Amino acid sequence: MRRIAALLLLAAGPVLVLGVLFVLPVSGMLAEGFVVDGRLAPGAVIDVLARPRVHRVAWFTVWTSGTATLLAVVLGLPAAYALHRLSLPGRAAVRAALLVPFVLPTVVVGVAFRQLLGEGGPLGFLGLDGTPFAIVCGLVFFNVAVVVRTVGVAWESLDPRPGQAAAALGASPSQVLRTVTLPALRPAIVGAASIVFLFCATAFGIVLTLGGVRHATVETEIYLLTTTVFDLRAAAALSVLQIVVVVGLLALAARLRATPDPTAQRAVTPVRAVRRSDAPVVVATLLVLGAMLLPILTLVAGSLSVGDGWGLDNYRALTTAGDNQALLVPVTTALDTSLRTAVDATWMALLVGVLVSVIVTRRSHSVAERRVRSTLDGLFMLPLGVSAVTLGFGFLITLDQPPLDLRDSPLLVPMAQALVALPLVVRTLTPVLGGIDDRQRQAAASLGASAWRTLLTVDLPVVWKPMLAASGFAFAASLGEFGATSFLARDESPTLPVVIFRLIGHPGEMNYGMALAASVVLAVATAVVMLAVERLRVPGVGAF
Amino acid sequence: MVLRLRDVTVRYGDAVAVDAAVDRVSLDLAPGQVLAVLGPSGCGKSTLLRAVAGLEPLSSGSISFDGKDLAGTPTHRRGFALMFQDGQLFAHLTVARNVAYALRLRRTPSAQVAVRVQELLELVGLSGFGDRLPGTLSGGERQRVALARALAVEPRLILLDEPLSALDATLRERLAGDLREILHAAGTTALLVTHDHEEAFALADRLAVMRDGRVVQSGDIDEVWREPVDEDTALFLGYARVLRDDAARLVLEAAGLAPAPAVAVRRSALVVDDAGPVRARVESARVTPEQVRLVVQVEGVGAVDAVAALGSRVAPGDEVTVRVDVTRLAVLPITTGP
Repeated sequence: MRRIAALLLLAAGPVLVLGVLFVLPVSGMLAEGFVVDGRLAPGAVIDVLARPRVHRVAWFTVWTSGTATLLAVVLGLPAAYALHRLSLPGRAAVRAALLVPFVLPTVVVGVAFRQLLGEGGPLGFLGLDGTPFAIVCGLVFFNVAVVVRTVGVAWESLDPRPGQAAAALGASPSQVLRTVTLPALRPAIVGAASIVFLFCATAFGIVLTLGGVRHATVETEIYLLTTTVFDLRAAAALSVLQIVVVVGLLALAARLRATPDPTAQRAVTPVRAVRRSDAPVVVATLLVLGAMLLPILTLVAGSLSVGDGWGLDNYRALTTAGDNQALLVPVTTALDTSLRTAVDATWMALLVGVLVSVIVTRRSHSVAERRVRSTLDGLFMLPLGVSAVTLGFGFLITLDQPPLDLRDSPLLVPMAQALVALPLVVRTLTPVLGGIDDRQRQAAASLGASAWRTLLTVDLPVVWKPMLAASGFAFAASLGEFGATSFLARDESPTLPVVIFRLIGHPGEMNYGMALAASVVLAVATAVVMLAVERLRVPGVGAF
Repeated sequence: MVLRLRDVTVRYGDAVAVDAAVDRVSLDLAPGQVLAVLGPSGCGKSTLLRAVAGLEPLSSGSISFDGKDLAGTPTHRRGFALMFQDGQLFAHLTVARNVAYALRLRRTPSAQVAVRVQELLELVGLSGFGDRLPGTLSGGERQRVALARALAVEPRLILLDEPLSALDATLRERLAGDLREILHAAGTTALLVTHDHEEAFALADRLAVMRDGRVVQSGDIDEVWREPVDEDTALFLGYARVLRDDAARLVLEAAGLAPAPAVAVRRSALVVDDAGPVRARVESARVTPEQVRLVVQVEGVGAVDAVAALGSRVAPGDEVTVRVDVTRLAVLPITTGP
């Protein structure tokens, strides 16, 4: 009992943060829909769910997300194998490169795909611009990295000997794959797929830039209902629907996520030399890499093209506020704001994330204690899947009066971004902390180390690198965050993704060029951060 | 000869400068025989086994089976079975499914599979375990299932990688006996690698001692055991000490043998015997379940191990006489440097 009390006390801080910054805004947003004239009126919400347009939107969300998930898994598996089991030259760089799209600002990806598929683009002849297929491509582009990471890390630590035993028993390589390897990887694959589906179903920036009003998913529909139609009841109804689905998927992913066995050392199988028989896998990986690079290269080319020739004019224009007063501040100022905001968001996410990770990974002494810990674990994953739009709008309507008047606080945007980055920090740190054999702490304690000393000598040496990696990951994610920020950023101090979105929506050729240039700048910034993170060689980054 | 290894060399990495993990090993194995490759960890014996299985490419040399070179044959077409130290059962399949794995690969009709699985589980003493999952089995049971799985399709050759090392002592002894019986009953040719000479003696007919990637001695098991080729081999085979020069001469003389520059003695080579020809002083005594183990000081020899029958009252400081058991020592043909 005392242990549980101590645990709850320790958890009080993070829970309070989550309560004020997440539960309050989200429930505030939901209350807008459910409460009419001070009375609970769920009937109206149910009416909304019966609307044909809602059905259409829901179905569109399901099939685009499902298709994108399937494609991401199919494309990700060979790459996961090639990049984690074969000694390909430049493996680390390719792995980092594949992770870049995942943290790339959604708006940037949207712009890149429009540049690629639109009229005059390299793939413009396919006529895919504005079709659902373009949205699916964009979603796949984003999420292949999640599959490669999650499955790759599992594949890396998969004992090769059962496969060899099967081969010795007469199983051909494809039979080994089907009967031994894939069953062993199933939890990782299903886990990755459920997370990818979640990301696809709640994707915002990419669907908004590629689909516009024509092709709405639940997430963009919430946005449209909130900002354009002001039908808050319908928006709340969709939010509820989304939250229910998200919680279900997160629960599924959590069940499938293998809890690391601290007594078993995580052995990484050494990579082996590439053989001729690996050719299909390597070719598939190169194709995936090519498909990833194509939109980015198109983006870079677009940013450098000026009139009929090439030049840096678009980049020079970043110090201006664009044609026709598109912006209130120059793009460079927005970049500065973005970086400052991301720094603030990073330390906040890290502070709370470390605390949460420590709490959820400590060994439980009773069933009740374990339940408390796993509930907390699940709770802090929620921001991963709940609509950033719901969150952003909820911030606006609930945190606007004393004692929680944060509307004019410069920390409002960082707080929202920190919340979005928090699950990434927790997911990077928990496998590492959970992987420390508790007996090491006991050994330290029995040798006379205090609790604080134990933390310094046992936990810190193992966890400092992952902490650094998690900060980088959180920083990159904050830099690109668009959904919640687009609601909260004030007009005179927008972040870079917000500016990019404004630029592509504003007429004027210069503005579009500037949007491309700003996208490249943002992409480079995130890529540099992710390369640094990759150099730390922390296996869990980007794996769920 | 069924299995024939000629100058087999395996190197990790391309550089010729790297010491080969397996260095020009040549071995032969006749049908129905069990050959144990014995060596300390890191001597290359597991690499050799993996090379035979086709899991490790050869840098040079050849491996042939029934006269056919295996160079281009991938693991799954070799018709061998590999049994790992810890079984490596497929955790997601039941015991019966594990055993039937190779049969199903060959599309054996399921009625036949069921019969064969039943038969094999009986052979390894696990009837009725068919529906269990590997996770619920003890270490010994898992090894038995692994053995049944390996034997299912009557492999031409079974490769055993320290099959008993992961087990505790009593279980190891029992399973060793069973394993030998099963292998002989099935008439299977087997190649076994181990670092434990007890395991090798319990299972094998022939022995090859490996060190630093090379086979230093091979032959019938009692031949190798009686005539170790050098000091390191003798010590690895369980001889307690190697005596040289005067000490060797003294001990050999007491045993009634011709003098030699070096002799390896087991712990039980000197036996306390009132009628023994050698005088010694007891330095320490320790009772074991079978005999009393002593360290005695013999003039001209120094401290050596000796044994006394259980119940004989010897204590440190006692003067005793000992005889030399000629079956418990081995004259070394050459001497390695001092």
